Order: sequence, then structure tokens, then C-alpha cells
Amino acid sequence: MSSIEFRSVDVRLGRSTVVSSFSAVVPSGSWLGLIGPNGAGKSSLLRAAAGVVAHRGQVLVDGAPLDLRHRSRRAALVAYVPQEPTLPDDMTGAEYVMLGRSPHIGYFSMPGRGDRAMVDDVIDRLGLGAFARRRLGALSGGERQRLVIARALATEAPILLLDEPTSALDIGHQQQALELVARLRDDHGLTVVSAMHDLTLAGMYSDRLVLLHEGAMVAEGPVAEVLSADTLAEFYGVRVTVHHEADGTVVVVPRRDRL
Amino acid sequence: MTGPSHPSSASGHPRLWVIASIVVLAAVAAAGAMIGPAGPDWWRVPLAMLERIPLLGADGLGISSGVTEREWSIVWDIRMPRVVLAGIVGAMLSLGGASYQGVFRNPLVDPYLLGAAAGGGLGATLVITTFGRSGLDWPVDPVPLVAFVFALGTVAVTYAVGASFGGLRTSGTLVLAGVAMVSLMTAIQTFVLQRNSDVVREVYNWILGRLSTATWSDVLLVLPYVSVSAIVLGMHRRHLDVLRVGDDEAIALGVPVARVRLVVVVAATLGTAAVVAVSGLIGFVGLVVPHMVRLMAGSSYRVVIPLAVTIGASFLILADIPGRTLSSPAEVPIGVVTAFIGAPFFIVLLRTRQVSR
Repeated sequence: MSSIEFRSVDVRLGRSTVVSSFSAVVPSGSWLGLIGPNGAGKSSLLRAAAGVVAHRGQVLVDGAPLDLRHRSRRAALVAYVPQEPTLPDDMTGAEYVMLGRSPHIGYFSMPGRGDRAMVDDVIDRLGLGAFARRRLGALSGGERQRLVIARALATEAPILLLDEPTSALDIGHQQQALELVARLRDDHGLTVVSAMHDLTLAGMYSDRLVLLHEGAMVAEGPVAEVLSADTLAEFYGVRVTVHHEADGTVVVVPRRDRL
Repeated sequence: MTGPSHPSSASGHPRLWVIASIVVLAAVAAAGAMIGPAGPDWWRVPLAMLERIPLLGADGLGISSGVTEREWSIVWDIRMPRVVLAGIVGAMLSLGGASYQGVFRNPLVDPYLLGAAAGGGLGATLVITTFGRSGLDWPVDPVPLVAFVFALGTVAVTYAVGASFGGLRTSGTLVLAGVAMVSLMTAIQTFVLQRNSDVVREVYNWILGRLSTATWSDVLLVLPYVSVSAIVLGMHRRHLDVLRVGDDEAIALGVPVARVRLVVVVAATLGTAAVVAVSGLIGFVGLVVPHMVRLMAGSSYRVVIPLAVTIGASFLILADIPGRTLSSPAEVPIGVVTAFIGAPFFIVLLRTRQVSR
């Protein structure tokens, strides 16, 4: 159980600022959804938190700045799933999940019995036993996505950063993958920060939403507040209808203007 | 949780592969010592070896091979250094190739990528054209030393050029810098050769690779570099596996990518430069042996690295046997043999693996 906090985080790529003074607190065990048009800075923010790109400002886990941590300690606190993870075709499922143990293995050490037990456990818990010995190149998109989540889980990191976790999946597998994350969050008390394109899905799974536009936070709050037709029209430049279902689900439907 | 474990390798038990490959290496090395023009009957060679172990020979158990001192000298002073050097060179080239392929995430890379061979070749060419090969009366043969220095220097320049364009975080610029440096070194070499056409044959012999003049001093010359290189690369085999998912994800998994890349490149280059210096350019081994290993035992570097050593060594010892017996006393260049044996074998392996998959 850990919280993550962004304190005026700036990310610059080359000469352009892609995230500017972003601040947010994500309490332990909660799910923050990052939404916003393409190029809004969602991915850059996650990459900064994962230590992949340089940033200014601070990212804190449980109040302590991540930058001051050793790289393997940082990797053991924050698991990062990129938008398009690389899954080498000739690697097996078990080998791939084992990569998630890297933060816990010493520089000159090899995976030990404990690491193998952990990997077996994660594979069993996610029902991936059938893929443990198969090559990644032979797996479907949904199977690959579950292995990617398994790898993140094998790091035992309390914070999960997901960049568009469902962009490559069909509607059934989208929901399956997000349900898996939601279940793991409940079981392990994970804190989740995810960037998502699909506003309805983002609203269904997140506790709170942040709307980014050109690197700046322009709206933040509970799902129903952020997903308003006016806000979306202003920052996405589209006309949408927002339905509020009886169970509290917010559905965003694009509208087509006919003259 | 004590359920059935999921072995981490696609093709069963990595340890069995390593043990099997060591057995093969021992058998191939023994064959290398037993086969060759002149020398004793092949079956007497193992007896002659046993005879020389204390307590087994005339003083103890009384094993007697009937091998004369002159015949023994052919085995010990001519065949054995050649077998051992072939083993070291083959091991280092395939180890270097596997490491380069891992660190650059590119299956078509060989250990000569960053200019070790081109630089070494230029160094050797300069020495041979300046002093001539045979008329030299130095206490130490300068060809391997200069080749070694040039090989390391070329890779250092490649690395500096690549790094100055931000090449440490991404491997692409480094590969391009390598391509440029190789072309430059080869161009200079061609220019020098063209103006000294009388030694073209000497240089050509060097370039084609040779183990025929191997002595124990060659073995001692390369052994320290190759040992250091092999130990360092062996210690980084887990990191090479993490690098397979790309730099960004490896960084997010806590791996110091730029440092690992630097250390692996330096170690692989040191060993490669040393073996290039004593054996010339032996193609094919560094590129293809790592792939043979992957096709047989799976692609995890935790298996590929040790197997590249044992199978690379076996491969080159084996390839050297027809080279010295086929058209005896003339020698077929080892680089020609490696391609001749390796290419068809590789094609067959590729085919059978694809059918069985």
C-alpha cells in the first residue's frame, strides 16, 4: 500500500515542454485516470514517474522523492506498462514474467528459488499456466496483455503505471484486462495511474480523472465532474453526449453533426 | 505455493544443454589432437597423454603408448596449440557475437560490427606493408600487437562518435557509426594495399584467417583478454535478457542500460580484438553460432552465453580439422571452411526447427 504524489512535474522533450507543473496526489489504493487528447502529455507523465525520461519537480512515493532512490528500489516501487510493450517473439511466457523480478535480483546475481516461486505464483494466480512455456510470438493480443500485467505484478511494486493498457485490444479483451487490474488492485491494495483514450472505460474504472491538455492539467475531480459535455467539447474539440446510467456509469457518446 | 514449476527455457533443461555441449567439446578437442597429417597413429594419442600423467606412466601403472618423442612433439607442439587456440577463438567470436546481438537488439550483428576486424586488418596491413612479413627480425611479432591496438582504437573511435550523437541511450547511432568506421578503415586498407601490391598475398592470407601457425605463446597471448571478457560477459547475461524488451522498459525495471551497454561492448571488443590479432578474420562464427544455440536451446541469454562459448569452441575446432587435412600439405583457410560447414548446417537447422514448430 503506497501513495504517489506529483509535485510540479515538468517534462521537456528536446525544446518543447510536454508536461508543465503537474501536481496531483493519488492516495494509496486508489485509481487515477489520465485522459486528454493525443499529445496532451499523458504518456510523458507516466514515463517520468517510471524514470524513463528526465523531469523537473518531484515524484514522491509515500512522501519520499523517487529520484533519491536507487534505480532498483525505484523499480520495485513503481511498475510501468508502456503503451506498446516489447514482447520478444522467441521468449517464453515464464521468461518474460521473470523479467519483472529484475528489481529484486542483485547486479551480479541470477534469479533464485524465491524468484522462480514468485513467478510461478503470479502465473498461476492469473491463470497463465498454459502460456508459461509457449513463445510470446505465438500468443494473441489478449494473452500478451495478461502476461504484461503478470510481469508488472511480479515486480511486487505497490504502484502500477499503465499507459493505454487496452489500446490494442477488442472490446471484450479491453474489459477483461481492466477487470484483471481492478481485481489485483482490490487483492493487493495497488495504487493505479493509467492513461486511457476510451473515456467511458476510463470513467468506469478510475476513482478520479485528470484531464490534460497541451501538458497542463485543465480539469481534475470525480468522474462525473470531469466527463462533462462542455469540458470535453472544449478540450477535445468534439461534440459528445454524456449519459449517466442508473448504476453511476458515465457513458460518453460521440455525436455526428448532420446539416 | 508449490504447484508444478514452469521451466524458464523453451527447450527443457538449460543445465543439460551445457553439460552435453561440454561433452561434445571434449570429444571434438580429442579428435583435433588425434587427427592430422604425420604424427602417431590416432589411437595412440590418448595413451601418450595418459603416459605423461604422473603415476600412470612408466613410474607407476606402466601405461606405454609406443609414441616416439618426435611424434609426441607433433601432437603437443603443433596440434594441441592449434586445437586450443581454435577453441579460444571460436568461443570468443561466438560469445562476442551473442553479446553484441543482445546489446544492440539486432540478430544480424557480428562481433566485427564496431570495427574490431576492420581496424585489426588495417593495423596488420600497415605492419606488413611497412616492414614486410618475412624480413622481420624482431623479438616479438609486431603484427598481432599492432592489429590489437588498431582494433581497440577503431572501436573506441566508433563509440566516441556514436556517443557524441546521443548513442548511449539508443543503439542505432552506434551501429551507424560502426558502419561508417568499417568503411573508412577498409578504404584506407584498400588504398595502402593498392600501392603495395607485392604483399597483397601476405595480407590476404592474414585476412582470410589462420590457425596454422598457432603456438602455445599465441594461446598465452590471448588467454588473459578472452578470460576477462568471458567472465564479464557471463556476469551480464541476465541483463542481456532484460535488454530484450527495449531500453525504456529495461530502465523501468531498474537496469542501468547505458552502463550495461558500455561494459558489454568494452568486454566483447577486448576479447574480439585479441583473437582477431592472432587469428585474422574468421567470418561466420560470431554471426551464426549464437543463432544455432538459440535454435537448439532457446533464446534466453542465461543459456545462450555459456553455450556460445562451448559450441563456438567446438565449431571452430571441428572446422579446422578438414582445413589442415583435406588438401595437405596446403591449407584451406579456416574462414572458408567455417562458411562451408556452417552455412548448410545452419540452413538444415533452420528448416527442421521450423517444421517442428
